[in-house]
Amino acid sequence: MTPQDDSLIPRIPIGDWTDSGIGWLKTNLSWLFDALRSVMSFLVDNLTDLLLLVPALAAIPLFALLALTLRSWKLAVGTVIGFLLVLSMGQWETMIQTMALVLVATAFAVLVAVPLGVLAAVNSTVSAIVKPVMDFMQTMPAFVYLIPAVIFFSIGVVPGIFATIIFALPPGVRMTELGIRQVDSETVEAGEAFGATPWQILRGIQLPLAVPTIMAGVNQVIMLALSMAVVAGMVGADGLGKEVVQAISTQNLPLGVEAGLSVVILAVFLDRLTAALGSPGEYRTSLLSLAQRAIAQRATTGV
Amino acid sequence: MPPVISAEGLYKIFGRRPQRGVRDLRSGSSREDLREQGLTAAVIDASFSVDPGEIFVVMGLSGSGKSTLIRMVNGLLPATAGELRIGDEVLSQMSPAQVREVRRRRISMVFQHFALLPHRTVGENAAYGLKINGVGRSDREARAERALEMVGLKGWGGYRPDALSGGMQQRVGLARALAADTDVLLMDEAFSALDPLIRRDMQDQLVELQQQLDKTILFITHDLNEAMRLGDRIAMMRDGRIVQIGTSDEILNEPANDYVASFIKDVDRSRVLTAGTVMEKPSQTLGADQGPRTAHKLLRETQNPWLVVLGRDRAPRGVLWEDDVAQAVSAGRDDLPWSDTHEMPVVSHDTPIAELFTLSAQHLCPLVVVDDKGRFAGVVPRVTLLTAAGVGVGADAPESAEPDDPPGAGADASDAAHGLRTTDAQGGDR
Repeated sequence: MTPQDDSLIPRIPIGDWTDSGIGWLKTNLSWLFDALRSVMSFLVDNLTDLLLLVPALAAIPLFALLALTLRSWKLAVGTVIGFLLVLSMGQWETMIQTMALVLVATAFAVLVAVPLGVLAAVNSTVSAIVKPVMDFMQTMPAFVYLIPAVIFFSIGVVPGIFATIIFALPPGVRMTELGIRQVDSETVEAGEAFGATPWQILRGIQLPLAVPTIMAGVNQVIMLALSMAVVAGMVGADGLGKEVVQAISTQNLPLGVEAGLSVVILAVFLDRLTAALGSPGEYRTSLLSLAQRAIAQRATTGV
Repeated sequence: MPPVISAEGLYKIFGRRPQRGVRDLRSGSSREDLREQGLTAAVIDASFSVDPGEIFVVMGLSGSGKSTLIRMVNGLLPATAGELRIGDEVLSQMSPAQVREVRRRRISMVFQHFALLPHRTVGENAAYGLKINGVGRSDREARAERALEMVGLKGWGGYRPDALSGGMQQRVGLARALAADTDVLLMDEAFSALDPLIRRDMQDQLVELQQQLDKTILFITHDLNEAMRLGDRIAMMRDGRIVQIGTSDEILNEPANDYVASFIKDVDRSRVLTAGTVMEKPSQTLGADQGPRTAHKLLRETQNPWLVVLGRDRAPRGVLWEDDVAQAVSAGRDDLPWSDTHEMPVVSHDTPIAELFTLSAQHLCPLVVVDDKGRFAGVVPRVTLLTAAGVGVGADAPESAEPDDPPGAGADASDAAHGLRTTDAQGGDR
């Protein structure tokens, strides 16, 4: 670029505008950010404490049992091996901290994403507005979210969660909208034809039938949250991310590998587990579907 | 009785600012003219009415607007113009809440692809309309169970729909509509997704249920045989317009235009036409208390070799043959000379002619047709029967009228020598 080109186009100070906008928000909505801050740190801290209350050797079988209930014995075995490895690498506590952060962030993201997705599915105007906003949120480099997050919530776990929620939100919204729009139109018509109100159709037909797609979205939310949780280590959120950041700044390869591997193990566990939540019928050897079939058997033989 | 559903000049046009499409159509524009403006005219100026307890079939190919039309009847698609009444309520003037109320109280619907809720059991699906209506759990379960029993699915209430075959799933769809206990039933290609044998079963069952429950049914189909089997009256639709409304006989025998005519070419007429529609009235009948001489005189006048004898209640008593009558006259007898060899075959007026062939082949006598009260209505000589069935081939009907004995009927006609002579005249004007 030559100096002439540069002088032709006036400098538009978008960054400055955003900065002053953020500053305005901080001064005027500080009560809101304070409230959010205390709620989120309360949740993460307590969830972490709760999960760490159980000794690791007792917690691992519990996680394995969860895996068996929702998916299969294979995932249960994998969970035991993987988590024992994490424990032996000395990353158990940091992994639990990251897990707590991811779970809280996911809960918030889903809480926002599902209603927003439903709105976008039933109203084309909302959909037309939400879509570009989601594109924006997803393509903006994740690190950028950390800057205003730190301005609002200062250093610690809360800005990490805040940035994670924003980064992980879009697939939740998109998949919810898609799931509801995909519901067979004749089935929705059947609801209408029998005089159901839009709310009854949403509750009784659209949402239940969209659950597999919505759960696929939640799975994506969790995966994105996990990847962001590592980045959140940069602003001082405790957990595996902090270990990774420390490993980078001190060129500590052993620590970097061990923390990284722990992230992978946690990711696989959460991914497989939530994928099974979305389509419970596919995992016929899970305790859940075994129990369901036993109940169904009793119901049909009882009739 | 006033009609249950009445439509007056209904239009449905999809696209931006559909009203201008209605204006253009009324002033003579064609459907294609509208398409150039980006408007799709799905239903154009449709008027019809459905009487209580009637099965009214709307028949047309895909794209003819029949699915749009049925959706206008329960307001799933609001009409662009025109008036639609359910009983004395005008649907187009109602708020959404009022329309929902009408759907709950008066109209239920059966869908082409069943549209059951896969995450609910068969019982819960059948009870769906009642649940929406706010009926309590135990009450709606009992009513759903009764509805399932009516369609032959007793004991299946605990299963999920995906455990059932297509035909059974559609029975659930039917049970859901019946359980809602509305007087109007809309059926949108309800049996089209089923295989032919099951479709036949379902049609029979529907007719049976209709006679039992006296519902008013609006049935949409693209299958003319189905339309003819089910419909008390049929509306033929083409390109958004209703081209003819009439009973199956009227449509078969007096198609309004070439389009309808080309349609009915493929219909199996022997399943649609009944004894009552093809029968002829003999010019003379004999009273049971009259003698052989009167019989002889009448036989000479009619040019038929047989004569139907009626009692005072107009019930057929038997058929006299000219040989027997001639013998009786020459022998000077006073009583009627009943034949020992010829039985009189009697059929009801609503018997499909497909069921008459065997009977007709077994008897030399013409088939005697009686009405619902057992009174004499007419006769079906063998050749009339063959002619009626033969015209169904459509294109080759004029050819077969040319030669003296049509190729298909030749073998039968030879041993029906008596019959041939009697119906020469009638055969010509059919």
